[in-house]
Amino acid sequence: MPDAKITLEQVLHVAMLARLTLSDDEAREMQAQLDAILGYMEGLDELDVSDVPPTLHSIPMDAPMRSDVPERCSDRSETLAQAPESEAGGYAVPLVLEVDS
Amino acid sequence: MTAYEPVIGLEVHAQMRSRTKLFCGCPTEYGAPPNEHTCPVCLALPGALPVPNKKAIELAVQAGLALECEVASHSVFARKNYFYPDLPKGYQISQFELPLNRKGHLDIEVDGATKRVGITRIHVEEDAAKNIHGAGSSAVTLVDFNRGGTPLIEIVSEPDLRSADEAEAYLRKLRDVLMFIGVNDGNLEEGSFRCDANVSIRPVGQEEFGTRAELKNINSFRFVKKAIEHEIARQEGVLQSGGTVVQETRTWSEGQGKTISMRGKEEAHDYRYFPDPDLPPVVVTEDRVEELRAALPELPEAKRRRWRTELGLTEYDAGVLSAHPEVAKYFEEATTLFIEQSAKKPKEAGKKVGNFVQAEVLRHVVTDGLEALFPVAPGAIAELLGCVEDGTINGKIAKKVFASMVETGRAPKAIIDEQGLAQVTDTGAIEEEVRRILDASPSQVAQYKDGKTNIIGYFVGQVMKATKGAANPKAVNEILRRLLDEQ
Repeated sequence: MPDAKITLEQVLHVAMLARLTLSDDEAREMQAQLDAILGYMEGLDELDVSDVPPTLHSIPMDAPMRSDVPERCSDRSETLAQAPESEAGGYAVPLVLEVDS
Repeated sequence: MTAYEPVIGLEVHAQMRSRTKLFCGCPTEYGAPPNEHTCPVCLALPGALPVPNKKAIELAVQAGLALECEVASHSVFARKNYFYPDLPKGYQISQFELPLNRKGHLDIEVDGATKRVGITRIHVEEDAAKNIHGAGSSAVTLVDFNRGGTPLIEIVSEPDLRSADEAEAYLRKLRDVLMFIGVNDGNLEEGSFRCDANVSIRPVGQEEFGTRAELKNINSFRFVKKAIEHEIARQEGVLQSGGTVVQETRTWSEGQGKTISMRGKEEAHDYRYFPDPDLPPVVVTEDRVEELRAALPELPEAKRRRWRTELGLTEYDAGVLSAHPEVAKYFEEATTLFIEQSAKKPKEAGKKVGNFVQAEVLRHVVTDGLEALFPVAPGAIAELLGCVEDGTINGKIAKKVFASMVETGRAPKAIIDEQGLAQVTDTGAIEEEVRRILDASPSQVAQYKDGKTNIIGYFVGQVMKATKGAANPKAVNEILRRLLDEQ
Protein backbone atom coordinates (compact mmCIF):
# COMPACT_ATOMS: atom_id res chain seq x y z
CA MET A 1 0.00 0.00 0.00
CA PRO A 2 2.23 2.82 -1.24
CA ASP A 3 -0.18 5.68 -0.41
CA ALA A 4 -1.25 4.27 2.95
CA LYS A 5 -1.82 6.69 5.81
CA ILE A 6 -0.18 4.20 8.13
CA THR A 7 2.95 2.16 7.34
CA LEU A 8 3.32 -1.55 7.97
CA GLU A 9 6.11 -0.69 10.43
CA GLN A 10 3.72 1.53 12.40
CA VAL A 11 1.15 -1.26 12.50
CA LEU A 12 3.76 -3.72 13.80
CA HIS A 13 5.02 -1.18 16.34
CA VAL A 14 1.52 -0.61 17.74
CA ALA A 15 0.93 -4.37 17.77
CA MET A 16 4.14 -4.86 19.73
CA LEU A 17 3.12 -2.19 22.26
CA ALA A 18 -0.18 -4.03 22.70
CA ARG A 19 1.68 -7.36 22.94
CA LEU A 20 -0.13 -8.68 19.87
CA THR A 21 1.56 -11.12 17.54
CA LEU A 22 0.38 -10.59 13.97
CA SER A 23 1.14 -12.81 11.01
CA ASP A 24 2.16 -11.04 7.79
CA ASP A 25 -1.35 -11.45 6.40
CA GLU A 26 -2.95 -10.15 9.59
CA ALA A 27 -0.61 -7.17 9.65
CA ARG A 28 -1.54 -6.25 6.08
CA GLU A 29 -5.23 -6.69 6.88
CA MET A 30 -4.88 -4.39 9.91
CA GLN A 31 -3.01 -1.84 7.81
CA ALA A 32 -5.88 -1.77 5.29
CA GLN A 33 -8.53 -1.42 8.01
CA LEU A 34 -6.64 1.26 9.94
CA ASP A 35 -5.98 3.09 6.68
CA ALA A 36 -9.74 3.17 6.01
CA ILE A 37 -10.45 4.46 9.52
CA LEU A 38 -7.82 7.18 9.23
CA GLY A 39 -9.18 8.12 5.81
CA TYR A 40 -12.66 8.44 7.28
CA MET A 41 -11.37 10.62 10.12
CA GLU A 42 -9.65 12.89 7.59
CA GLY A 43 -13.10 13.93 6.46
CA LEU A 44 -13.29 15.99 9.66
CA ASP A 45 -10.51 18.23 8.42
CA GLU A 46 -12.99 19.84 6.05
CA LEU A 47 -14.77 21.46 8.98
CA ASP A 48 -13.63 24.75 10.45
CA VAL A 49 -13.52 24.13 14.21
CA SER A 50 -11.37 27.11 15.14
CA ASP A 51 -14.27 28.60 17.16
CA VAL A 52 -15.32 25.34 18.79
CA PRO A 53 -13.97 24.69 22.30
CA PRO A 54 -12.25 21.29 22.60
CA THR A 55 -14.54 18.48 23.72
CA LEU A 56 -13.06 17.20 26.97
CA HIS A 57 -15.33 14.21 27.20
CA SER A 58 -18.00 12.52 25.12
CA ILE A 59 -20.59 13.00 27.86
CA PRO A 60 -20.96 16.66 28.88
CA MET A 61 -20.77 16.31 32.65
CA ASP A 62 -18.35 17.01 35.52
CA ALA A 63 -16.72 14.09 37.30
CA PRO A 64 -18.82 13.01 40.27
CA MET A 65 -16.64 12.93 43.38
CA ARG A 66 -16.44 10.60 46.32
CA SER A 67 -15.85 11.67 49.93
CA ASP A 68 -12.71 10.38 51.59
CA VAL A 69 -14.37 7.71 53.71
CA PRO A 70 -12.94 4.17 53.86
CA GLU A 71 -15.19 1.43 52.58
CA ARG A 72 -15.08 -2.30 53.03
CA CYS A 73 -12.45 -4.00 50.90
CA SER A 74 -12.85 -7.28 49.06
CA ASP A 75 -12.20 -10.56 50.83
CA ARG A 76 -8.61 -11.29 49.97
CA SER A 77 -9.01 -15.05 49.88
CA GLU A 78 -11.83 -14.68 47.34
CA THR A 79 -9.93 -12.39 44.98
CA LEU A 80 -6.68 -14.34 45.28
CA ALA A 81 -8.61 -17.53 44.48
CA GLN A 82 -9.49 -16.09 41.08
CA ALA A 83 -5.86 -15.58 40.11
CA PRO A 84 -4.04 -18.35 38.24
CA GLU A 85 -1.42 -18.41 41.00
CA SER A 86 -0.91 -16.83 44.38
CA GLU A 87 1.57 -17.19 47.18
CA ALA A 88 1.90 -15.71 50.68
CA GLY A 89 -1.00 -13.32 50.11
CA GLY A 90 0.52 -12.03 46.86
CA TYR A 91 -0.45 -12.55 43.22
CA ALA A 92 2.28 -14.69 41.71
CA VAL A 93 3.49 -13.75 38.23
CA PRO A 94 6.54 -14.88 36.24
CA LEU A 95 9.66 -13.35 37.75
CA VAL A 96 10.15 -9.78 36.54
CA LEU A 97 13.81 -8.98 36.74
CA GLU A 98 14.57 -5.41 37.59
CA VAL A 99 18.01 -3.93 37.49
CA ASP A 100 20.52 -5.65 39.78
CA SER A 101 21.56 -3.18 42.42
CA MET B 1 39.41 21.00 27.78
CA THR B 2 35.78 22.04 27.34
CA ALA B 3 34.00 23.26 30.45
CA TYR B 4 30.52 21.82 30.87
CA GLU B 5 27.44 23.03 32.66
CA PRO B 6 24.92 20.56 34.11
CA VAL B 7 21.21 20.99 33.41
CA ILE B 8 18.92 19.24 35.86
CA GLY B 9 15.16 18.87 36.09
CA LEU B 10 13.41 16.91 38.82
CA GLU B 11 10.23 14.87 38.91
CA VAL B 12 8.89 14.20 42.36
CA HIS B 13 6.15 11.73 43.18
CA ALA B 14 4.53 12.52 46.51
CA GLN B 15 1.83 10.41 48.11
CA MET B 16 -1.08 12.50 49.28
CA ARG B 17 -2.39 12.04 52.79
CA SER B 18 -5.96 11.05 52.06
CA ARG B 19 -7.50 8.20 54.02
CA THR B 20 -8.64 6.34 50.92
CA LYS B 21 -7.30 5.62 47.45
CA LEU B 22 -7.69 7.95 44.46
CA PHE B 23 -10.53 6.10 42.74
CA CYS B 24 -11.98 3.73 45.37
CA GLY B 25 -12.73 3.56 49.10
CA CYS B 26 -9.87 1.21 50.05
CA PRO B 27 -7.72 2.60 52.90
CA THR B 28 -4.26 3.97 52.06
CA GLU B 29 -2.88 3.00 55.47
CA TYR B 30 0.68 1.64 55.31
CA GLY B 31 1.67 -1.78 56.64
CA ALA B 32 -1.45 -3.96 56.16
CA PRO B 33 -0.92 -7.61 55.12
CA PRO B 34 -0.49 -7.94 51.32
CA ASN B 35 -3.64 -7.35 49.24
CA GLU B 36 -5.91 -6.71 52.25
CA HIS B 37 -6.69 -3.21 50.95
CA THR B 38 -8.04 -4.05 47.53
CA CYS B 39 -11.38 -4.06 45.73
CA PRO B 40 -12.69 -4.52 42.18
CA VAL B 41 -11.65 -0.96 41.23
CA CYS B 42 -8.00 -1.10 42.33
CA LEU B 43 -7.67 -4.70 41.11
CA ALA B 44 -9.14 -3.66 37.72
CA LEU B 45 -11.83 -6.32 37.69
CA PRO B 46 -14.09 -6.07 34.64
CA GLY B 47 -16.89 -3.51 34.92
CA ALA B 48 -15.47 -1.64 37.91
CA LEU B 49 -15.57 2.16 37.51
CA PRO B 50 -13.27 4.73 39.12
CA VAL B 51 -14.74 7.64 41.11
CA PRO B 52 -12.28 10.43 42.07
CA ASN B 53 -11.60 11.16 45.73
CA LYS B 54 -12.57 14.78 46.40
CA LYS B 55 -10.13 15.15 49.27
CA ALA B 56 -7.22 13.97 47.12
CA ILE B 57 -8.09 16.44 44.36
CA GLU B 58 -8.29 19.24 46.92
CA LEU B 59 -4.96 18.32 48.52
CA ALA B 60 -3.43 18.48 45.05
CA VAL B 61 -4.99 21.93 44.52
CA GLN B 62 -3.46 23.06 47.82
CA ALA B 63 -0.05 21.75 46.76
CA GLY B 64 -0.47 23.75 43.55
CA LEU B 65 -1.42 26.90 45.45
CA ALA B 66 1.49 26.53 47.88
CA LEU B 67 3.81 26.33 44.87
CA GLU B 68 2.26 29.36 43.16
CA CYS B 69 0.65 27.40 40.33
CA GLU B 70 -2.31 28.27 38.14
CA VAL B 71 -5.10 25.85 39.02
CA ALA B 72 -7.10 24.55 36.06
CA SER B 73 -10.88 24.85 36.36
CA HIS B 74 -11.15 21.75 34.17
CA SER B 75 -8.51 19.02 34.24
CA VAL B 76 -8.65 15.67 32.56
CA PHE B 77 -7.54 12.19 33.58
CA ALA B 78 -5.71 10.27 30.89
CA ARG B 79 -4.59 6.70 30.44
CA LYS B 80 -0.85 6.08 30.35
CA ASN B 81 -0.50 2.71 28.68
CA TYR B 82 2.22 0.20 29.48
CA PHE B 83 2.48 -3.38 30.66
CA TYR B 84 4.02 -4.25 33.97
CA PRO B 85 2.72 -6.55 36.71
CA ASP B 86 2.33 -3.63 39.12
CA LEU B 87 -0.37 -2.18 36.86
CA PRO B 88 -3.50 -4.35 36.77
CA LYS B 89 -5.37 -2.36 34.10
CA GLY B 90 -2.50 -2.21 31.62
CA TYR B 91 -2.55 1.57 32.07
CA GLN B 92 -2.06 4.06 34.85
CA ILE B 93 -4.66 6.78 35.34
CA SER B 94 -2.71 10.02 35.23
CA GLN B 95 -3.08 13.48 33.70
CA PHE B 96 -1.40 14.53 30.50
CA GLU B 97 -2.59 17.38 28.30
CA LEU B 98 -4.71 19.10 30.92
CA PRO B 99 -3.08 18.74 34.34
CA LEU B 100 -4.62 20.19 37.49
CA ASN B 101 -1.81 22.71 38.15
CA ARG B 102 0.76 24.40 35.94
CA LYS B 103 3.29 27.26 35.82
CA GLY B 104 4.36 27.46 39.44
CA HIS B 105 7.69 28.07 41.10
CA LEU B 106 9.72 27.51 44.24
CA ASP B 107 12.47 29.80 45.52
CA ILE B 108 15.52 28.08 46.94
CA GLU B 109 18.59 29.42 48.74
CA VAL B 110 22.00 28.12 47.74
CA ASP B 111 25.24 29.70 49.01
CA GLY B 112 23.35 32.73 50.30
CA ALA B 113 21.69 33.49 46.96
CA THR B 114 18.02 33.02 46.15
CA LYS B 115 17.10 31.20 42.98
CA ARG B 116 13.65 30.74 41.46
CA VAL B 117 13.02 27.23 40.15
CA GLY B 118 10.13 26.91 37.72
CA ILE B 119 7.50 24.22 38.21
CA THR B 120 6.13 23.09 34.87
CA ARG B 121 3.15 21.17 36.21
CA ILE B 122 1.70 19.27 39.15
CA HIS B 123 -0.67 16.54 38.10
CA VAL B 124 -2.67 13.88 39.92
CA GLU B 125 -2.19 10.17 39.32
CA GLU B 126 -2.57 6.77 40.96
CA ASP B 127 0.36 4.86 42.40
CA ALA B 128 1.30 1.43 41.08
CA ALA B 129 1.29 -1.77 43.14
CA LYS B 130 4.39 -3.15 44.80
CA ASN B 131 6.34 -6.01 43.22
CA ILE B 132 8.31 -8.30 45.47
CA HIS B 133 10.93 -10.19 43.52
CA GLY B 134 12.09 -13.63 44.51
CA ALA B 135 10.58 -13.47 48.01
CA GLY B 136 8.40 -16.54 47.59
CA SER B 137 9.40 -19.37 45.30
CA SER B 138 12.44 -18.05 43.50
CA ALA B 139 10.78 -18.20 40.08
CA VAL B 140 7.96 -15.72 40.77
CA THR B 141 7.33 -12.07 41.44
CA LEU B 142 4.65 -11.44 44.06
CA VAL B 143 2.36 -8.48 43.52
CA ASP B 144 0.84 -6.58 46.45
CA PHE B 145 -1.94 -4.20 45.31
CA ASN B 146 -2.34 -2.41 48.67
CA ARG B 147 -0.38 0.59 47.38
CA GLY B 148 -1.97 0.39 43.92
CA GLY B 149 -4.35 3.32 43.45
CA THR B 150 -2.90 5.48 46.25
CA PRO B 151 -3.20 9.15 45.24
CA LEU B 152 0.01 10.82 44.11
CA ILE B 153 0.97 14.19 42.81
CA GLU B 154 3.81 14.38 40.34
CA ILE B 155 5.65 17.67 40.55
CA VAL B 156 7.69 18.37 37.43
CA SER B 157 10.29 21.13 37.61
CA GLU B 158 11.69 23.15 34.74
CA PRO B 159 15.28 22.24 33.79
CA ASP B 160 16.41 25.21 35.90
CA LEU B 161 18.81 23.48 38.29
CA ARG B 162 22.54 23.73 37.61
CA SER B 163 24.18 21.64 40.33
CA ALA B 164 23.60 18.68 42.63
CA ASP B 165 23.50 21.14 45.56
CA GLU B 166 20.69 23.10 43.93
CA ALA B 167 18.80 19.88 43.28
CA GLU B 168 19.12 18.86 46.92
CA ALA B 169 18.06 22.31 48.16
CA TYR B 170 15.01 22.20 45.87
CA LEU B 171 13.99 18.75 47.11
CA ARG B 172 14.39 19.66 50.78
CA LYS B 173 12.37 22.84 50.36
CA LEU B 174 9.69 21.04 48.37
CA ARG B 175 9.36 18.34 51.01
CA ASP B 176 9.20 21.02 53.69
CA VAL B 177 6.33 22.81 51.95
CA LEU B 178 4.34 19.63 51.33
CA MET B 179 4.76 18.51 54.94
CA PHE B 180 3.74 21.87 56.39
CA ILE B 181 0.56 21.99 54.35
CA GLY B 182 -0.19 18.39 55.37
CA VAL B 183 -0.26 17.02 51.82
CA ASN B 184 2.62 14.55 52.23
CA ASP B 185 4.39 12.96 55.21
CA GLY B 186 7.87 13.47 53.71
CA ASN B 187 8.88 9.89 54.34
CA LEU B 188 11.58 9.04 51.79
CA GLU B 189 12.39 5.66 53.31
CA GLU B 190 8.82 4.39 53.07
CA GLY B 191 8.65 5.74 49.54
CA SER B 192 5.99 8.39 50.06
CA PHE B 193 8.30 11.05 48.56
CA ARG B 194 10.26 9.77 45.55
CA CYS B 195 12.51 11.55 43.11
CA ASP B 196 13.61 11.03 39.51
CA ALA B 197 16.25 13.36 38.06
CA ASN B 198 16.81 14.29 34.43
CA VAL B 199 20.48 15.15 34.04
CA SER B 200 22.34 16.43 31.00
CA ILE B 201 25.41 18.55 30.41
CA ARG B 202 26.28 21.12 27.75
CA PRO B 203 29.37 23.20 26.96
CA VAL B 204 29.24 26.44 28.97
CA GLY B 205 27.62 29.12 26.84
CA GLN B 206 25.68 26.71 24.64
CA GLU B 207 21.95 27.37 24.53
CA GLU B 208 20.85 23.93 23.38
CA PHE B 209 20.46 21.11 25.92
CA GLY B 210 22.57 17.96 25.79
CA THR B 211 21.12 14.44 25.71
CA ARG B 212 19.73 13.56 29.10
CA ALA B 213 19.80 10.50 31.27
CA GLU B 214 16.90 9.85 33.61
CA LEU B 215 17.94 8.76 37.11
CA LYS B 216 15.17 6.73 38.72
CA ASN B 217 14.06 6.01 42.26
CA ILE B 218 16.54 7.80 44.44
CA ASN B 219 15.32 7.45 47.99
CA SER B 220 17.40 9.79 50.13
CA PHE B 221 18.64 13.37 49.89
CA ARG B 222 22.21 12.17 50.27
CA PHE B 223 21.82 9.71 47.40
CA VAL B 224 20.24 12.39 45.19
CA LYS B 225 23.31 14.52 45.56
CA LYS B 226 25.73 11.63 45.04
CA ALA B 227 23.79 10.20 42.10
CA ILE B 228 23.61 13.54 40.28
CA GLU B 229 27.26 14.37 40.96
CA HIS B 230 28.29 10.96 39.69
CA GLU B 231 26.09 11.24 36.61
CA ILE B 232 27.52 14.67 35.70
CA ALA B 233 31.05 13.30 36.00
CA ARG B 234 30.14 10.21 33.96
CA GLN B 235 28.71 12.29 31.11
CA GLU B 236 31.75 14.59 31.13
CA GLY B 237 33.94 11.51 30.87
CA VAL B 238 31.91 10.21 27.92
CA LEU B 239 32.06 13.52 26.02
CA GLN B 240 35.72 14.20 26.75
CA SER B 241 36.72 10.80 25.44
CA GLY B 242 34.90 11.62 22.20
CA GLY B 243 31.77 9.56 22.89
CA THR B 244 28.12 10.57 22.89
CA VAL B 245 25.66 10.44 25.78
CA VAL B 246 22.71 8.17 25.00
CA GLN B 247 19.22 8.87 26.24
CA GLU B 248 18.47 6.16 28.78
CA THR B 249 17.14 5.38 32.21
CA ARG B 250 19.72 4.81 34.91
CA THR B 251 19.50 3.99 38.57
CA TRP B 252 21.75 4.78 41.52
CA SER B 253 23.51 1.84 43.10
CA GLU B 254 24.66 2.80 46.57
CA GLY B 255 26.63 -0.45 46.80
CA GLN B 256 28.68 0.30 43.68
CA GLY B 257 28.70 4.04 44.26
CA LYS B 258 27.65 4.81 40.69
CA THR B 259 24.68 5.09 38.35
CA ILE B 260 23.97 2.05 36.22
CA SER B 261 21.94 1.65 33.06
CA MET B 262 18.52 -0.01 33.25
CA ARG B 263 18.50 -2.00 30.06
CA GLY B 264 15.56 -2.86 27.84
CA LYS B 265 13.37 0.16 28.50
CA GLU B 266 13.81 1.75 25.05
CA GLU B 267 10.15 1.38 24.07
CA ALA B 268 8.84 2.20 27.51
CA HIS B 269 8.32 5.88 26.69
CA ASP B 270 5.65 5.22 24.07
CA TYR B 271 2.70 5.55 26.45
CA ARG B 272 -0.06 6.45 23.95
CA TYR B 273 -1.86 8.74 26.39
CA PHE B 274 -5.52 9.41 25.73
CA PRO B 275 -8.35 10.86 27.86
CA ASP B 276 -9.86 8.19 30.10
CA PRO B 277 -13.42 7.59 28.85
CA ASP B 278 -14.40 6.35 32.36
CA LEU B 279 -13.69 9.75 33.91
CA PRO B 280 -15.38 13.04 32.98
CA PRO B 281 -13.32 16.22 33.50
CA VAL B 282 -12.55 17.25 37.08
CA VAL B 283 -14.02 20.64 37.82
CA VAL B 284 -12.71 22.92 40.56
CA THR B 285 -14.57 26.22 40.81
CA GLU B 286 -12.81 29.51 41.41
CA ASP B 287 -14.70 29.91 44.70
CA ARG B 288 -13.49 26.53 45.90
CA VAL B 289 -9.92 27.39 44.92
CA GLU B 290 -10.15 30.54 47.02
CA GLU B 291 -11.55 28.58 49.99
CA LEU B 292 -8.69 26.10 49.70
CA ARG B 293 -6.19 28.96 49.47
CA ALA B 294 -7.62 30.52 52.62
CA ALA B 295 -7.41 27.16 54.40
CA LEU B 296 -3.71 26.71 53.55
CA PRO B 297 -1.58 26.50 56.68
CA GLU B 298 1.25 29.01 57.02
CA LEU B 299 4.20 27.95 54.86
CA PRO B 300 7.52 27.27 56.59
CA GLU B 301 9.25 30.24 54.99
CA ALA B 302 6.54 32.68 56.08
CA LYS B 303 6.69 31.16 59.56
CA ARG B 304 10.43 31.68 59.81
CA ARG B 305 10.13 35.24 58.60
CA ARG B 306 7.42 35.94 61.20
CA TRP B 307 9.43 34.34 63.99
CA ARG B 308 12.42 36.50 63.11
CA THR B 309 10.48 39.75 63.15
CA GLU B 310 7.94 39.02 65.90
CA LEU B 311 9.72 36.57 68.18
CA GLY B 312 13.28 37.81 67.73
CA LEU B 313 14.70 34.50 66.58
CA THR B 314 17.87 34.30 64.51
CA GLU B 315 17.63 32.78 61.06
CA TYR B 316 19.49 29.72 62.31
CA ASP B 317 17.17 29.19 65.30
CA ALA B 318 14.08 29.68 63.14
CA GLY B 319 15.46 27.06 60.75
CA VAL B 320 16.04 24.50 63.50
CA LEU B 321 12.63 25.07 65.08
CA SER B 322 10.81 24.78 61.74
CA ALA B 323 12.55 21.61 60.61
CA HIS B 324 9.37 19.65 61.32
CA PRO B 325 5.76 20.91 61.36
CA GLU B 326 5.07 19.42 64.80
CA VAL B 327 8.20 20.98 66.31
CA ALA B 328 7.13 24.34 64.89
CA LYS B 329 3.68 23.91 66.41
CA TYR B 330 5.16 22.88 69.77
CA PHE B 331 7.47 25.90 69.86
CA GLU B 332 4.59 28.25 69.01
CA GLU B 333 2.27 26.76 71.63
CA ALA B 334 4.92 26.91 74.36
CA THR B 335 5.75 30.50 73.42
CA THR B 336 2.09 31.62 73.44
CA LEU B 337 1.50 30.04 76.85
CA PHE B 338 4.73 31.48 78.22
CA ILE B 339 3.74 34.97 77.05
CA GLU B 340 0.33 34.58 78.73
CA GLN B 341 1.83 33.38 82.01
CA SER B 342 4.84 35.67 82.28
CA ALA B 343 3.52 38.79 80.54
CA LYS B 344 6.85 38.87 78.69
CA LYS B 345 7.27 40.70 75.42
CA PRO B 346 7.02 38.28 72.47
CA LYS B 347 10.61 38.96 71.37
CA GLU B 348 12.01 38.04 74.75
CA ALA B 349 9.67 35.10 75.28
CA GLY B 350 10.36 33.67 71.82
CA LYS B 351 14.10 33.70 72.37
CA LYS B 352 13.84 32.06 75.79
CA VAL B 353 11.46 29.32 74.69
CA GLY B 354 13.41 28.82 71.46
CA ASN B 355 16.72 28.40 73.29
CA PHE B 356 15.27 25.99 75.80
CA VAL B 357 13.49 23.88 73.20
CA GLN B 358 16.64 23.64 71.11
CA ALA B 359 19.02 22.98 73.99
CA GLU B 360 16.88 20.59 76.02
CA VAL B 361 13.70 19.38 74.35
CA LEU B 362 14.76 18.54 70.79
CA ARG B 363 17.10 15.70 71.67
CA HIS B 364 14.16 13.84 73.22
CA VAL B 365 11.86 14.31 70.22
CA VAL B 366 11.18 11.31 68.00
CA THR B 367 9.65 11.94 64.56
CA ASP B 368 8.08 9.48 62.18
CA GLY B 369 6.75 11.06 59.01
CA LEU B 370 4.38 13.82 60.05
CA GLU B 371 4.05 12.45 63.59
CA ALA B 372 6.28 13.58 66.44
CA LEU B 373 6.55 12.43 70.03
CA PHE B 374 7.51 15.02 72.64
CA PRO B 375 8.83 14.24 76.12
CA VAL B 376 6.55 16.81 77.81
CA ALA B 377 3.62 19.02 76.78
CA PRO B 378 4.35 22.58 75.55
CA GLY B 379 2.40 23.92 78.57
CA ALA B 380 4.90 22.27 80.92
CA ILE B 381 7.77 24.10 79.20
CA ALA B 382 5.90 27.40 79.61
CA GLU B 383 5.35 26.63 83.31
CA LEU B 384 8.99 25.66 83.84
CA LEU B 385 10.32 28.81 82.16
CA GLY B 386 7.77 30.79 84.18
CA CYS B 387 9.44 29.46 87.34
CA VAL B 388 12.78 30.76 86.09
CA GLU B 389 11.20 34.09 85.22
CA ASP B 390 9.67 34.67 88.66
CA GLY B 391 12.92 33.69 90.38
CA THR B 392 11.71 30.41 91.90
CA ILE B 393 14.58 28.58 90.23
CA ASN B 394 17.56 29.57 88.10
CA GLY B 395 18.41 28.41 84.61
CA LYS B 396 20.76 25.69 85.78
CA ILE B 397 18.15 24.15 88.08
CA ALA B 398 15.60 24.39 85.26
CA LYS B 399 17.63 21.82 83.31
CA LYS B 400 17.61 19.52 86.32
CA VAL B 401 13.84 19.96 86.74
CA PHE B 402 13.35 19.29 83.03
CA ALA B 403 15.28 16.02 83.31
CA SER B 404 12.93 14.98 86.13
CA MET B 405 9.90 16.02 84.09
CA VAL B 406 11.04 13.81 81.21
CA GLU B 407 11.68 10.93 83.57
CA THR B 408 8.57 11.14 85.74
CA GLY B 409 6.09 13.06 83.59
CA ARG B 410 5.26 15.28 86.58
CA ALA B 411 4.63 19.02 86.52
CA PRO B 412 7.61 21.35 87.07
CA LYS B 413 6.17 23.02 90.19
CA ALA B 414 5.51 19.65 91.86
CA ILE B 415 9.11 18.57 91.16
CA ILE B 416 10.54 21.84 92.48
CA ASP B 417 8.53 21.46 95.72
CA GLU B 418 9.27 17.77 96.25
CA GLN B 419 12.98 18.04 95.64
CA GLY B 420 13.33 21.38 97.46
CA LEU B 421 14.84 23.03 94.39
CA ALA B 422 13.37 26.50 94.88
CA GLN B 423 16.24 28.90 94.95
CA VAL B 424 17.15 30.63 98.15
CA THR B 425 16.24 34.25 97.72
CA ASP B 426 16.11 34.68 101.49
CA THR B 427 19.02 37.11 101.74
CA GLY B 428 19.50 36.26 105.41
CA ALA B 429 20.24 32.61 104.64
CA ILE B 430 22.54 33.51 101.75
CA GLU B 431 24.35 36.09 103.83
CA GLU B 432 25.00 33.52 106.54
CA GLU B 433 26.50 31.15 103.99
CA VAL B 434 28.63 33.90 102.43
CA ARG B 435 30.05 34.91 105.82
CA ARG B 436 30.94 31.30 106.60
CA ILE B 437 32.78 30.94 103.28
CA LEU B 438 34.64 34.26 103.58
CA ASP B 439 35.80 33.26 107.08
CA ALA B 440 37.07 29.95 105.75
CA SER B 441 38.96 31.51 102.82
CA PRO B 442 41.28 34.23 104.17
CA SER B 443 43.85 33.97 101.37
CA GLN B 444 41.25 34.42 98.62
CA VAL B 445 39.81 37.40 100.52
CA ALA B 446 43.30 38.91 100.65
CA GLN B 447 43.68 38.47 96.88
CA TYR B 448 40.39 40.28 96.35
CA LYS B 449 41.60 43.11 98.54
CA ASP B 450 44.78 43.29 96.42
CA GLY B 451 42.63 44.09 93.42
CA LYS B 452 42.18 40.59 92.00
CA THR B 453 38.42 41.11 91.83
CA ASN B 454 38.01 38.20 89.44
CA ILE B 455 38.36 35.93 92.44
CA ILE B 456 34.72 36.73 93.15
CA GLY B 457 33.89 33.87 90.77
CA TYR B 458 35.52 31.49 93.19
CA PHE B 459 33.26 32.67 96.03
CA VAL B 460 30.14 32.46 93.87
CA GLY B 461 31.08 28.89 93.04
CA GLN B 462 31.53 28.04 96.71
CA VAL B 463 28.16 29.51 97.66
CA MET B 464 26.38 27.70 94.83
CA LYS B 465 28.08 24.47 95.87
CA ALA B 466 27.04 24.91 99.49
CA THR B 467 23.43 25.67 98.49
CA LYS B 468 23.40 22.87 95.88
CA GLY B 469 22.87 25.44 93.15
CA ALA B 470 19.70 26.76 94.70
CA ALA B 471 20.88 30.26 95.59
CA ASN B 472 19.72 33.12 93.42
CA PRO B 473 22.94 34.07 91.57
CA LYS B 474 22.04 37.76 91.47
CA ALA B 475 21.50 37.88 95.23
CA VAL B 476 24.73 35.98 95.84
CA ASN B 477 26.72 38.46 93.76
CA GLU B 478 25.25 41.47 95.52
CA ILE B 479 25.82 40.07 99.01
CA LEU B 480 29.36 38.95 98.16
CA ARG B 481 30.39 42.36 96.88
CA ARG B 482 28.89 44.13 99.85
CA LEU B 483 30.52 41.85 102.45
CA LEU B 484 33.90 41.79 100.66
CA ASP B 485 33.96 45.56 100.50
CA GLU B 486 33.13 45.68 104.19
CA GLN B 487 36.10 43.45 105.11
